[in-house]
Amino acid sequence: MSLFQNPFDAQSRLSCACGRHASQAEHDLAQRRESSEDLQARAVEGAVMRALFPQDALRRAFLKAVGSGTAMAAVSTLFPLAAAKDAFAQGTGALEKKALKVGFIPITCATPIIMAHPMGFYAKQGLDVTVDKAAGWALIRDKALAGEYDAAHMLSPMPLAISMGVGTGSAIPWTMPAVENINGQAITLSIKHKNRRDPKTWKGMKFAVPFDYSMHNYLLRYYLAEHGIDPDTDVQIRAVPPPEMVANMRADNIDGFLAPDPVNQRAVYDGVGFIHTLSKTLWDGHPCCAFAASKGFVTQMPNTYRALLKAIIEATAYAHNPANRKEIAAAIAAPNYLNQPVTVVEQVLTGTFADGLGKVVQEPNRIDFDPMPWQSFAVWILTQMKRWGQVKGEVDYKKIAREVFLATDALRLMKEAGYPVPDAQDKSFTVMGKPFDPSKPDEYLASFKIRRA
Amino acid sequence: MPVARRWRSVLVSFVILVLVLGAWQAATHSEEAAAVVDPAYAALVGNAAASGGKTPFPGPGEVAAQLWRHLQDPFYDRGPNDKGLGLQLAYSIARVLTGFLCAALVAIPLGFLIGMSRTLYEAFDPFIQVLKPVSPLAWMPLALYTIKDANLSAMFVIFICSIWPMLINTAFGVGSVRQDWLNVARTLEVPRLRTACKVILPAAAPTIMTGMRISIGIAWLVIVAAEMLIGGTGIGYFVWNEWNNLSIANIICAILFIGLIGMALDVLLARAARLVSYRE
Repeated sequence: MSLFQNPFDAQSRLSCACGRHASQAEHDLAQRRESSEDLQARAVEGAVMRALFPQDALRRAFLKAVGSGTAMAAVSTLFPLAAAKDAFAQGTGALEKKALKVGFIPITCATPIIMAHPMGFYAKQGLDVTVDKAAGWALIRDKALAGEYDAAHMLSPMPLAISMGVGTGSAIPWTMPAVENINGQAITLSIKHKNRRDPKTWKGMKFAVPFDYSMHNYLLRYYLAEHGIDPDTDVQIRAVPPPEMVANMRADNIDGFLAPDPVNQRAVYDGVGFIHTLSKTLWDGHPCCAFAASKGFVTQMPNTYRALLKAIIEATAYAHNPANRKEIAAAIAAPNYLNQPVTVVEQVLTGTFADGLGKVVQEPNRIDFDPMPWQSFAVWILTQMKRWGQVKGEVDYKKIAREVFLATDALRLMKEAGYPVPDAQDKSFTVMGKPFDPSKPDEYLASFKIRRA
Repeated sequence: MPVARRWRSVLVSFVILVLVLGAWQAATHSEEAAAVVDPAYAALVGNAAASGGKTPFPGPGEVAAQLWRHLQDPFYDRGPNDKGLGLQLAYSIARVLTGFLCAALVAIPLGFLIGMSRTLYEAFDPFIQVLKPVSPLAWMPLALYTIKDANLSAMFVIFICSIWPMLINTAFGVGSVRQDWLNVARTLEVPRLRTACKVILPAAAPTIMTGMRISIGIAWLVIVAAEMLIGGTGIGYFVWNEWNNLSIANIICAILFIGLIGMALDVLLARAARLVSYRE
């Protein structure tokens, strides 16, 4: 989890592709040793260092040259690190509102939001949070827009769409202070297609995705297009709420879906489908769902917002540790939350799962939890929105990404302190073998053969 | 003879029930197939999937067991997303009654007005004709957008779907009061308001009650769908939540209760209608 890495360690790479330590064991050990306060301090330090050194290589060279102690002292003179850490850690005043309502969709992506309730992460921050199960993405959006929810679980493209007024009546400034999970989705096909594994043969199939503005939609389209299938003309892609997908697949209404878990695993559990491929094979470390709140909430109730975000980040860090996953699965599978058999949720979280074709697969990184809302994620999402004609005309990628994906609170503090907000919030990554450069979105877009824009 | 016939129909009802249950049992009974996969895999999937099949439709026994579980503890409350079946039904009934009563408060006076004046009737008619056939659920996005409260939106949907039958029936009932009776009232120089209360209302009451009975039937149909959309509480949400869990047995239990409550509501209004009916 790059957010929690020591940015003053010359050996570590802040912006590596997977964001992990040299070895998983070393990383987990470090993770367990650090208390959540340390983690937060790290997050602030990380943001500052990223800001000062847009080029990761430069940062490493600098640290090697002067040593981390000197570097920390030098940076502290430039920027009140201690003050920023304090401000982020304790907030500056009493909570404006204690009783909060947070909406979620019953899928494992929402794990940090859900588990924070039964496992006491909200209570620890003095918050009385009601987690409210919503029936679909459109509803969660409408309830959030109506102010019925203080914050909500959303698909990471949704805050972008809302902020641009795409799919809603008017543009409403929305923010995404944290990503919930990375990876954790899969393409599941109906069991009758078990011999049609080559996507090139999928012409005429009917697919489901949870929502038009979802990573699922963009990833599925991307995957199909890379295999020469035009997602608009060669196949049918429709939005179906995740809970209804398995029932529809059983009824032969759809041939497959790219869906969040536990839907994929549930299809296997009921013998309806098999897992064709995990989303991590398309893009390892892709964001999926997000913790989102209106800009009004963030600015009008800064202390409450900070406490809530703190609870979420702590829960995310706890969920990141594979050793805790079984305990979490048991806590969130109950009828009050996911309402699924425990074994289904456990298979998703632990990554030891039945694939639907008679094999038990071990894939510890099937799902992971990392709160860092990289702005390059937002830029990629925007390129895909434009690629498939959801947004038309010129898009100010950087501006929207910056305004919606709140990289960290530290960044906000920096802006107030008069520091130029850098473009360093970027993490480059590769989608199906094709590197993405967030500074050249238009070139990236133009490089696709199948596109609507 | 009527007693004998009554018993006969009870017997036939019973036979139909047994036949349906028998057919259901026969259709869902499946042979236990031998496991075709290794035990480690079988432990991770459902019973049916372990032997290469799909999870079957539940049989009557399974549903009865589930039903018994619900009946034992219908009013438990374990947090906002997990409540007993009885509690969920209570939420739905409360929503339906609120929406329905609001609709009655609007529709009956308005229907009276429209029924008493030919001009108003013709002026309102095009609007009613256009709005009446609109599925109440089509109003849902609009309601959510403007009212900004899911619970109120559900009540609004109930309101909008129950208003039309009551409005039309009231207008029709009021409009078709026998001219003789009105003439008598006029000859006796009864004031207009008094005529409305003492002559028109009792005369139109049976038609109005029929409208109300149609309305509550529709309202009960619609609430399930509306709650499936808005989530939170209510029997519709229960159905949705169990669909999410693919628990067909629970859904069948819910269907049974929805039917029973719907019947009870209808019987109640039928009783009320009998109170105001008259013979000419």
